[in-house]
Amino acid sequence: MPVETSLNIAVLVSVGQHPVSGRARRADQDARAVELGLTLAGRSLSLVHVGDAGEPALRQYLGMGLRTMTVLQEAPEADAASSLLQYFATHPADIVLAGVQAERGEASGLLPYLLAERLGWPLVPRIAQIRAIENGRAEVLQALPRGQRRALTVPLPFIATVDSAAPGARQTAFGPGQRGLFDIQRGLAQADVARAEWVEAQARPRPKRLNVVKAKSAAERFKAATAKPQGQGGQVMKQESSREKAQAIFDLLVAEGVIRQ
Amino acid sequence: MMLDWLLPALLAAALGLLFAGALRRIRLWRRGRPEPVAFLAGLAAMPRRYLVDLHHVVERDRYMSNTHVATAGGFVLSMLLIVPVHLFGLESRWLNLALLLATLLMFCGAVFVFLRRRHPPARLSRGPWMRLPKNLLVFSASFFVLTLLTSGLLPEGFGGWVLSILLAAGVALGLAEMLFGMGWGGPMKHAFAGALHLAFHRRPERFGGGRSTGLKPVDLEAPTLGVAKPEDFTWNQLLGFDACVQCGRCEAVCPAYAAGQPLNPKKLIQDMVVGLSGGSDARYAGSPYPGVEPGNASGAPHQPIVDGLLSAETLWSCTTCRACVEECPMMIEHVDAIVDMRRFLTLEKGETPNKGAEVLDNLIATDNPGGFAPDSRMNWAADLNLPLMAEVGRAEVLFWVSDGCFDMRSQRILRAFVKILKAAQVDFAVLGNEECDSGDLARRLGDDATFQSLARNNIAVLNRYRFERIVTTDPHAFHVLKNEYGDFYPEGKGGDYEVLHHSTFINGLVRDGRLQLKAHKGGTVTYHDPCYLGRYNGEYEAPRALLNALNIELSEMERSGYRSRCCGGGGGAPITDVPGERRIADMRVEDARAVQADLIAVACQQCTAMLEGVVEPRPQIKDLAELVADALVEEVHEPRKAAMSQEQP
Ligand code: SF4
Ligand code: SF4
Repeated sequence: MPVETSLNIAVLVSVGQHPVSGRARRADQDARAVELGLTLAGRSLSLVHVGDAGEPALRQYLGMGLRTMTVLQEAPEADAASSLLQYFATHPADIVLAGVQAERGEASGLLPYLLAERLGWPLVPRIAQIRAIENGRAEVLQALPRGQRRALTVPLPFIATVDSAAPGARQTAFGPGQRGLFDIQRGLAQADVARAEWVEAQARPRPKRLNVVKAKSAAERFKAATAKPQGQGGQVMKQESSREKAQAIFDLLVAEGVIRQ
Repeated sequence: MMLDWLLPALLAAALGLLFAGALRRIRLWRRGRPEPVAFLAGLAAMPRRYLVDLHHVVERDRYMSNTHVATAGGFVLSMLLIVPVHLFGLESRWLNLALLLATLLMFCGAVFVFLRRRHPPARLSRGPWMRLPKNLLVFSASFFVLTLLTSGLLPEGFGGWVLSILLAAGVALGLAEMLFGMGWGGPMKHAFAGALHLAFHRRPERFGGGRSTGLKPVDLEAPTLGVAKPEDFTWNQLLGFDACVQCGRCEAVCPAYAAGQPLNPKKLIQDMVVGLSGGSDARYAGSPYPGVEPGNASGAPHQPIVDGLLSAETLWSCTTCRACVEECPMMIEHVDAIVDMRRFLTLEKGETPNKGAEVLDNLIATDNPGGFAPDSRMNWAADLNLPLMAEVGRAEVLFWVSDGCFDMRSQRILRAFVKILKAAQVDFAVLGNEECDSGDLARRLGDDATFQSLARNNIAVLNRYRFERIVTTDPHAFHVLKNEYGDFYPEGKGGDYEVLHHSTFINGLVRDGRLQLKAHKGGTVTYHDPCYLGRYNGEYEAPRALLNALNIELSEMERSGYRSRCCGGGGGAPITDVPGERRIADMRVEDARAVQADLIAVACQQCTAMLEGVVEPRPQIKDLAELVADALVEEVHEPRKAAMSQEQP
């Protein structure tokens, strides 16, 4: 893989949550992002976490073979995006990788977007691989449903979120994890104003829309189970102007009742 | 006579070289990590350890045991006498006579060594070991004749200069092998290293009929965890490797070797010897690791072992069955060494192969290897209404359920055992969701950090309740609870209870008349000793007594008792799953077929899983608990009726 070695690659890591036991762990997608970063940059990869360096689960990232991790020390209710923004202002990076979505807390998946917006960088969602980086451009593979991939070329610097389709993270080793060091820096301690107003409640499983399959034969049932759902009224717009595209999205949101007029 | 000056000179030179070589060898061992030993007590105990404990193992091969007593005894005596007689020229008829007898004894022994070496079995190494019997003969014969000459029992000038030259050559050759070779890595090294190994053994509890099988804990604060290079072993481990006589008994019993997996315990120990002294395995003249060309391994005390001396696959092939340790006449600890090296791979490199990483992650996140919800541990017993320790606080027996609770086949064993407990009206309780995996698997996979944290969790829970004994159907949990948790009790708290395997416990119930059993009906039955019950804990009797109580006459497999062949399920082997030519479980079922067994009685859920994994037709597999539960004569207990009548007021 042709990679310019002088690249600064940073991975944003969070504290995950085991789906069965709920215990803290390295988050799966974040760990895949670290794996991707390690294959690109080796041990010069930098890890950044906003939160508490005392969390033992963070050591699982260090156990993947990294000597240090930067922790922007913050209370749980602080706004992570502004601290990160400040951090990247003084520590320039060429590529920032993150998981698609956190496993605990707000888990909205918005953080990379906020960061990209404020840094003014492009954001590539859900990548599976970075194939090459040459002349300030990266060739990335984006993961689409059902194993499909889309090749994109992105100019540096950019932010990418790493999909669960990316290669699995390597095993974390206890020894290096324990010996790894935290470079603890003070965060901005800016309160997340929007969040302060929210009321939190236990999530309830939402009823799933049933997909009624009217298949007669086994072959049809098989097809219904595996084939990409078709004819759901989608529309491919390539030539149209940005305004037309935006209008189409807007109309869809209104039609689906996401936006009420 | 030429011999008058040549002989003392040769002797002095050989002794000097032996001394120099021994010092060098000791320095090689001292490159290992420090480990305190009882120095003087060890040395003082050495002769007894040699004569009693070591010969107890050697005696399993009667021929070799007698041969060794004659040869080694003769040699030691001869050396003790040769020094005063031939080096210092002490003239004494009695000493001469004694020396003659000693060399004669040694000669007789050497003849038998020679005979054994004419058609050596495949497990024996060739190379320098093939010349040893000849040199033993030469040494003893030369000194015999020489002593005849010097003691005047033969006429002056007998044999003339021809004999003198022959004797000089014989003495030189004999001394070269016996003394020079001892110090400088020849086959006789085993005598010198072996004696010290016995004195400074890392498990002195093994002598005098004792047993020491628990792994030693890793200091998690150490700069490197586990063993990466030969010098990371403790010095007495290195010394132990050097004691190997390449007899290949370990090779002959190793299930992984027989299955064609790339492991041979003898070669492994020899590779460690290469590592501690530096060099390559080009001169190794025994069986290789199956499928691995010998001659390409090299190492040095400060060089990594894995991918230098051996491949990681070799280490992960071991089932930790301890058959090699049980069989080794030099009492070398193969399993300790293998696990030490695994620890480095897992704790420092994060390279546990195959499903290893996943299983360890599950153990960390859910306290069980399968990743099942930790609060679902009691689902298997939803209808059994088991008393929970959290509710009753105390009970006579704590039933340690183990991770078998998540496996449908194992649940049948657990339910059978509960049936027995209820039938015998045992006052028992379970920990329910408070129980964690015992940590056995994590530890054998080299993850001592996870083992220690699981052990500490479990100990904290155990310390909350009062009970007299723990009983479990899982020999692996039994072993760690009994032998390995001791290192982790917080200062003097806890551990004051018995740990029993269900075979021992049920057998006790039967003996006390608390269970009424019908005779078992069916064909031929054989019993498979689980490694962690038998070799690890010495329980061979109770399962047999229990089967006897069921009126079963066992048809024993050739390899049973302490020689039982592993089912292939220990040491995380099913998880690391190193490919071989055969499967170990298949070979074990083959053993049972050889005695026409229709049923293999087992005493372990892991063995059940492994042996039932063999394609049919094969003998049926049943746990002791299931056999006993099936044979229970029920409805004899009055209180049970009372309980029922209470339910219907
Ligand atoms: S390790 Fe023990 S059993 Fe194996 S060859 Fe050496 S001395 Fe013999
Ligand atoms: S413990 Fe068993 S599998 Fe491992 S080397 Fe020894 S005999 Fe072979």
